Amino acid sequence: MQPAVEFRNISKAFGRVQANADVSFTIAKGSIHGVIGENGAGKSTLMSILYGYYHADSGQLLIDGHPRNIRTSNEAIALGIGMVHQHFMLVENMTVLDNVMLGSEGGFRLASHRAAVEKKLREICARYRLDVDPLATISNLSVGAQQRVEILKQIYRSAEILILDEPTAVLTAQETASLFEILRLFKEQGKTIILITHKLGEIMAITDQVTVMRAGRVVGAVATADTSKEQLANMMVGRPIQSELPRAPFNPGAPVLTVDQLQLRDKAGVALLSDIAFTLRAGEIVAIAGVSGNGQSELMEILSGMRLPTSGQVAFDGRALPFAGRTDADGLPATFRQLGIGHVPEDRLRDGVIKDFSVEQNTVFGYQERVKNRWGLFDFKAIGQRCNALLTAFDVRPADPDLRIGLLSGGNQQKVVIAREVSAAPKLMLVGQPTRGVDIGTIEAIHTELLKMRDAGVAILLVSVELEEVRALADRIIVMSGGRITGELNIEEFDTTRIGLLMGGMHTS
Amino acid sequence: MKITELPRWATAVVLPLLNLLSALLVAALVIRLLGESPVESMGILINSAIINPEGLSYTLFYASTFIFTGLAVSIAMKAGLFNIGGEGQMYFGGLGLTLTMLALDHTLPGWLLIPAGMLGAAIFGAAWAFIPGYLQAKRGSHVVVTTIMFNFIAADLMNTLINKLVPVGQQNPASRVFTDAAAMPRLNTLFPILGDTPLNLSFLLAIAALAIYGLMVWRSPWGYRLRATGLNGHAAHYAGVRISRMIVVAMLVSGALAGLAAVNSIMGSTHYLSLNFPAGAGFIGIAIALMGRQHPVGIFLSAVLFGALIQGGFDLSLEKPNIPQETFVFIQGLIILFCGAMENFYGPALLKLLNVGKKG
Repeated sequence: MQPAVEFRNISKAFGRVQANADVSFTIAKGSIHGVIGENGAGKSTLMSILYGYYHADSGQLLIDGHPRNIRTSNEAIALGIGMVHQHFMLVENMTVLDNVMLGSEGGFRLASHRAAVEKKLREICARYRLDVDPLATISNLSVGAQQRVEILKQIYRSAEILILDEPTAVLTAQETASLFEILRLFKEQGKTIILITHKLGEIMAITDQVTVMRAGRVVGAVATADTSKEQLANMMVGRPIQSELPRAPFNPGAPVLTVDQLQLRDKAGVALLSDIAFTLRAGEIVAIAGVSGNGQSELMEILSGMRLPTSGQVAFDGRALPFAGRTDADGLPATFRQLGIGHVPEDRLRDGVIKDFSVEQNTVFGYQERVKNRWGLFDFKAIGQRCNALLTAFDVRPADPDLRIGLLSGGNQQKVVIAREVSAAPKLMLVGQPTRGVDIGTIEAIHTELLKMRDAGVAILLVSVELEEVRALADRIIVMSGGRITGELNIEEFDTTRIGLLMGGMHTS
Repeated sequence: MKITELPRWATAVVLPLLNLLSALLVAALVIRLLGESPVESMGILINSAIINPEGLSYTLFYASTFIFTGLAVSIAMKAGLFNIGGEGQMYFGGLGLTLTMLALDHTLPGWLLIPAGMLGAAIFGAAWAFIPGYLQAKRGSHVVVTTIMFNFIAADLMNTLINKLVPVGQQNPASRVFTDAAAMPRLNTLFPILGDTPLNLSFLLAIAALAIYGLMVWRSPWGYRLRATGLNGHAAHYAGVRISRMIVVAMLVSGALAGLAAVNSIMGSTHYLSLNFPAGAGFIGIAIALMGRQHPVGIFLSAVLFGALIQGGFDLSLEKPNIPQETFVFIQGLIILFCGAMENFYGPALLKLLNVGKKG
């Protein structure tokens, strides 16, 4: 049988970065094919070439055995290739039906066409057991349901080859399981699925074949049945990865942060956080698990001073944090930093760094008032020395203080942010999604650093949507759903199913 | 190895020069169409604006005003604010200066009177920028819109206010002439070669302002916070910057600098307040900030360029009757077009050229 897709010696460069180099592999028809690799390994570029966003510098692409030159995504769709992006491409205030029709409205008379499309959608939903109401408005749907709409869109456009880019990043364990059910049904119907992910567990669970990429090249192609997580991880990184990082025995000190009855409402009065209460002690890592968008970000914003709570008590180091009497949070993060609260923000490009500042300038970001000479101007000599020391200690590459930080890879940017916050020697460290968009090698380095802080007696509050990460770092786990704490457990009680249920809003005892 | 970004020397020197040359090329074409020789005209322009000492001193006199208005736009731009209101703020600065003078020029000696006048100019300019700044910070009303409106309001207000300042029996819609104590010391007392020139102490103050601007924006934590706010408000908030205060302060400083531009025009030259005395200097400040990339050296060079165009263009129209005086406005427009709107026109080509050069 002809393979559904065949890449032959595909190469693609962006400036000095060789994103794909001589990539060759085939994807069998009717299979689920995993493509894994660290960030920047070239997976996304390759898929963008397949979907017509980019054009390969050299090499050949064959679809169903025919050489194809796909120049636009419309051509890709016409060839039966569909893509479900990590960030959904849906119009929030339109219905499922309208979203599916968008781009194929079928002439001026919408109404008659709409009825026909609705009928077809209901058929598809029944056949693939997609639980979606065609007349529901997107903004009312859960993230999992929105993803099903994306898939529905592709099926409606008669996609034979479906590309899924990190599809489970935003899903709970249960939602992931039901997505996999759908994918298996898809496969049974003879369709081909390309799954791009960095979660090895999922690769093992659902794929038939795996292609491993590193630095733009294919470094391994194996049948899933013949491999293991460890082997795949080693291939991805190119060196063995420690599965368990060393940590001192759990021995928490005095409470550092006490949150009680914390409430947050938005301008419209919608509750974003309700009755949040927990205690964090010195020398422990408490991880907040949950699907993103369930109040974790807001909680971190409040604790770092970026946002005011509606009501509630927050005590840090025995004293109430100075929220009282304020009408806005303008400038409050500076006060919190002064008190000894460090913050690694979730969205580093939005909050954590100034892309157009140099690496050196970013190492004092938020602490710029601490590096003045007696004239009140910057002490550039001290800043330079400090920066060089940090770049060496945290192995930032390239270790060039004058480079614009925007030119660094995500992982190295994150190392700069963590180096900066660690070097301020906080008592409480707020860490949001520390390894989002960061490759495995760097994850190990960042985790090591956080554990070192914990062992040194810093209280760490970690927000992560990656259960792997929670498991690797946490002493205790708090699960949040819908702005509430739905459960709390010790690391010994770690249980994916139970956490998944709590993340879905189910209270368990 | 391919390079993806232009090196600094290319963006700071080569690109602006290419843009300037393009503008001059188009200008040459127009002069050709007017029936004059572009080479000869350019010769006259350069001679009268740069080479002749008296001409040069006029060029620098105009440049002194432009440095202040250019700085005003630049500092706001660094905070991410596009202050179009330099014209109105300068106008108001002139009012503040004049009110101070009218009140004090018979009582205070010069060494006190001049700083007092500068203070008056800075305060009034800042006050006129405060309202748009406050509205931006607290209400989110865009400064581009409000400062444009405030230019019109300033112009109309002055049309009314000037009547209160015109001395009895005077036809000219202007205030009375200040006493000699209010005159900025002229530089030709030190350098007689400059001839009969209005070039005055303001030029040295402008240079000092450039230096302070450079120091504050790039070497102080305040400037760091200012630039952070301009580049990424979210991150600046994370870093603890009081964003709304930063916006207001940036607008105050911007307005004060625009107000100070009036010192050169009024205390340095006319010695009285007249209607529409800024004559577009506030708007030229925008071009200077864009062309000079908000860098002190760039601002200085652009201000001198625009000063030279005014001075040289004036002499050119006297010598060549075919070339109307408005030609310099036209060339100015071309420079703004090439240096502002088409700033990166040559960027990609230059990048390619550099890469080819590396391969060869």
